[in-house]
Amino acid sequence: MVLNSNDILETIKMIQEENLDIRTITMGISLLDCIDSDIDKSCTKVYDKMMRLACNHVKTGEDIEKRYGIPIINKRLSVTPIAMLAAAAKGSPVKFAQTLQKVADETGVNYVGGYSALVHKGFSAGDRELIESIPEALSVTTKVCSSVNVGSTRAGINMNAVALMGKIIKQASEATAKDHCFGAAKIVVFCNAVEDNPFMAGAFHGVGEADCVINVGVSGPGVVRSAIAKMPDATIDEIADTIKKTAFKVTRMGQLVGTEASRMLGVPFGIVDLSLAPTPAVGDSVAHILEEIGLESCGAYGTTAALALLNDAVKKGGVMASSRVGGLSGAFIPVSEDAGMIDAVNRGSLCLEKLEAMTAVCSVGLDMFVVPGDTPAEILSAIIADEAAIGMVNSKTTAVRVIPAIGMKEGETLEFGGLFGSGPVMSLNKFSPAKFISRGGHIPAPLQSLKN
Amino acid sequence: MRAVVAVIGKDTVGILAKICTICAESNANVMDVTQTIMQDLFAMTMLIDISKCEAHYTELADKLTKAGEEMGLQIHVMHEDIFNAMHRI
Repeated sequence: MVLNSNDILETIKMIQEENLDIRTITMGISLLDCIDSDIDKSCTKVYDKMMRLACNHVKTGEDIEKRYGIPIINKRLSVTPIAMLAAAAKGSPVKFAQTLQKVADETGVNYVGGYSALVHKGFSAGDRELIESIPEALSVTTKVCSSVNVGSTRAGINMNAVALMGKIIKQASEATAKDHCFGAAKIVVFCNAVEDNPFMAGAFHGVGEADCVINVGVSGPGVVRSAIAKMPDATIDEIADTIKKTAFKVTRMGQLVGTEASRMLGVPFGIVDLSLAPTPAVGDSVAHILEEIGLESCGAYGTTAALALLNDAVKKGGVMASSRVGGLSGAFIPVSEDAGMIDAVNRGSLCLEKLEAMTAVCSVGLDMFVVPGDTPAEILSAIIADEAAIGMVNSKTTAVRVIPAIGMKEGETLEFGGLFGSGPVMSLNKFSPAKFISRGGHIPAPLQSLKN
Repeated sequence: MRAVVAVIGKDTVGILAKICTICAESNANVMDVTQTIMQDLFAMTMLIDISKCEAHYTELADKLTKAGEEMGLQIHVMHEDIFNAMHRI
């Protein structure tokens, strides 16, 4: 087959100028066979199994980068929710977090996800201990990520867990106050969490998964934006079509990398997550795509509609390009990780309420946004409850990753650096939801018919 | 197995010679070269056969990228599979 030099130059331009990359190759590892009633024995089994499977993970990623000339930004691991291991073992679950950190250090991966608990219907043994240990676990480790699923369309929302998570997030932020409150950036609270998500901080290896799999997350907001920029007079359906074609190309690259990684590591290929994941780099922003479609600033009226179009077109293009699609698959809108979103907040066009509306039509949820450090825990819980309700009713995944910036007030900026960017402290509605949150209990699962 | 070497940068003496030498040292056969010079900008795409140097392919990619840096050029070495995957259904 003859290669077309335009195709070659287009690919190079996408990678070089438009920040096309593979965002992550995540190896999911089941730890169900590492359960032991003795926590130290269990940790040893976890360490041995993870090192055995993941020792070549980073090197394989680097080899693929060189082979295809595509940057692979993160190499990560995800594991079975640790609450399941903690259920059998007596002792502080923080030991598991330290074991995961040790594995991350020795294998060279960026993050390990799975310090998690699934409590959408109720707490079982180990769940509450694990959740209560999250602030400590995230302050003594740097590469461990945590997630808690508090609701689902089939089960409703566990309001006791919602109330607890508000406090846990605040404690995690306080425990890492000297370190830019980074603890809170490593916790995600989900509704309808997926079992094969390769993206952090919400990755964990679900119990329905195979023993070990490779999941790939692609990225490419810059590529989509620049494709739209070339068609200033196009109608909306032409734009949707262009996004589909671009998403197809990006996803094919993800499929290729995933297949290759799975072959080299001898591990089955899981899924490609068709996501537009922004970074703070100039030109790698989802907000800029929305602005390119025709909004003066992200957050203006029309943002939700434009995002719905974008999210749907990305999926339609991506689905055909990959044999197995999964994960979160859609556009991410993390505030601090997206230069366009940061600007939109700073210029006053994007408020939390609009962001919440956007989460109803896009991939995940309220992600990486910073609120004043003195925000009461019950307000954080109520934000989680609102977001979980959107996910529950719309049968989609939603999540909250909120960072209370300890010692900071509205208008200041919390700097994380690197891929996490910087977040302007956003203003909140200060009326109290304390009574609602303190009632506890459970929001029943919603009706699946009479949909209006 | 084929790979694409794409070179972009300011034209100087011996670019092609240097790249071909590195390919030859790694037992990679040059199959096709397309080159244009616009004013003083040098742009070239080269197709090389890497079936005899599959094992050292990443080393070859490293060498070429490094040589590019030394000559002030951008050199991208990419396996052909990526273009077939992205641009063909």
